[in-house]
Amino acid sequence: MSRTSRRKLLSAVFVGFCALSVLTALVPLAFVLFFVVSEGIQSLNVDFFTKMPKPVGETGGGMANAIVGTLMVTGLGSLFAVPIGILSGVYMSEYAGTRFAAAARFAADTLNGVPSIVIGVFAYGIAVLPFKQFSALAGGLALGIMMIPIIARTTEELLLLVPGTMREGALALGATRARAVFSVVLPSALPGIITGVVLALARIAGETAPLLFTAFSNRFFTTKLNQPVATLTVMVYTYAISPYKDWHRQAWAGALVLIFIVLICSLLARFATRRLEGMQAR
Amino acid sequence: MTSSGDTPGLSVSLSGRAAHRPAAEHPVKIGVTNLSFFYGDKRALHDISIDLRANVVTAFIGPSGCGKSTFLRTLNRMNDVIPRARVEGTVSIGGRDIYGADVDVVELRRRVGMVFQKSNPFPKSIFDNVAYGLRINGMVNSRSQLAEAVEKSLRGAALWDEVKDRLHDSAMALSGGQQQRLCIARALAVEPDVVLMDEPASALDPIATQRIEELIYQLKRDYTIVIVTHNMQQAARVSDTTAFFWLGKLIEVGPTATVFTSPREKLTEDYVTGRFG
Repeated sequence: MSRTSRRKLLSAVFVGFCALSVLTALVPLAFVLFFVVSEGIQSLNVDFFTKMPKPVGETGGGMANAIVGTLMVTGLGSLFAVPIGILSGVYMSEYAGTRFAAAARFAADTLNGVPSIVIGVFAYGIAVLPFKQFSALAGGLALGIMMIPIIARTTEELLLLVPGTMREGALALGATRARAVFSVVLPSALPGIITGVVLALARIAGETAPLLFTAFSNRFFTTKLNQPVATLTVMVYTYAISPYKDWHRQAWAGALVLIFIVLICSLLARFATRRLEGMQAR
Repeated sequence: MTSSGDTPGLSVSLSGRAAHRPAAEHPVKIGVTNLSFFYGDKRALHDISIDLRANVVTAFIGPSGCGKSTFLRTLNRMNDVIPRARVEGTVSIGGRDIYGADVDVVELRRRVGMVFQKSNPFPKSIFDNVAYGLRINGMVNSRSQLAEAVEKSLRGAALWDEVKDRLHDSAMALSGGQQQRLCIARALAVEPDVVLMDEPASALDPIATQRIEELIYQLKRDYTIVIVTHNMQQAARVSDTTAFFWLGKLIEVGPTATVFTSPREKLTEDYVTGRFG
């Protein structure tokens, strides 16, 4: 075999391995999606979105309370984590060389690796025990704590990618440091930051463990922030481990709705970043 | 804003005639005395003393790494952001040492504008790019005043006719040469006295370069201009005074024609005739 054809063969083999790896990674995803959709779609109907859970023994009913609850706790989590996360990211990129920034970076990475149940216990300790009350707020706090490090690190990395000439341009026009960051550098990185926030949101929307001790669950509909609130993940968990056939079907439907909520968030973010990039680029 | 009258390209009268006098007769705008600059322990500039005169284009030439850009950036304290950088000596603009304790760097940078090697428009509309400095410095009180000032600056940078119908399009969609003129317009908008240009045409094609050079020629009626360039033909074309830097030292400064045709120093002669660099 000539030298060139050997090189071509080797190249083809490597490309083949890469393609195979991608396929292997996609197979579980395809299976999960297939099962959730095929099982979930059977018990998905208007009632699921509008009705409350039925008592044991009665069939039908829905998870209106849990859908609203999931939106509430993830919304509260974002409200709490987005400003803190972005501002921490700004600090870590602006004062990148300092010890405090290095410590913050290390802390963020560590927090990111803390098991979510531990964060749930922590939120239980500071937001449930003192008030002797499970609440949506406590759930939002737990989820927010999980979002902060992801948002902070994403923001930091994206800000460091903005060319230094952009900042210098603003400084040269008489901008203060803060002004340069908030009016030029941060907006340049905004499309990426939005994507980062949505990834964080998608990750925490699927969390169950931190909510078990914080938002707990609720058989009834509530939008009160100081009351326990049902969420899709906790409902899916409770229903899936129950002995009732009907509840199992409801759990599949709950999982499907959860996936849809995340999907819609991603699409909205994609749309928003496209528009932003469009405005910035052409 | 409204007090300064004519657009730069149209003003004749005093400053128009002034430009024809020999450079040495113009008043000193920036006086630099024994300036040294250090990056940590490394000394990048050695005892530089030079007078930069009003309504004159001064070109800094020299091989890469000779300190000409560093020196330019000491004139609006852009080097302040570099950690462990240190300045000795004085730079006085309008009689005040800009490294003095009471100097407001933000105000200094408004008065000493800067145009960078690589055009750096903000990812905003053309209008917002020019309006940026006016807004952050609180220089306008109304929308109409802002629009007027933006138009005036764009005319000053010879860009108005090309962009007047698409002021609210993104600045990123402009060509490289247009982006650089936008950056010049943005710098002019805040009414500086001095405009520093760090190789403003090095990334542009010959036609765009020619437009920038014509613009520089126009601008010197109203501004003191300092330009760093790698291109000696460019220095010869646009400047009245040329300063040659070598290894962090100012080797020679004089009228451009003299520096290029009969320099005092052997080093300068070797450089301008292309024997090194």
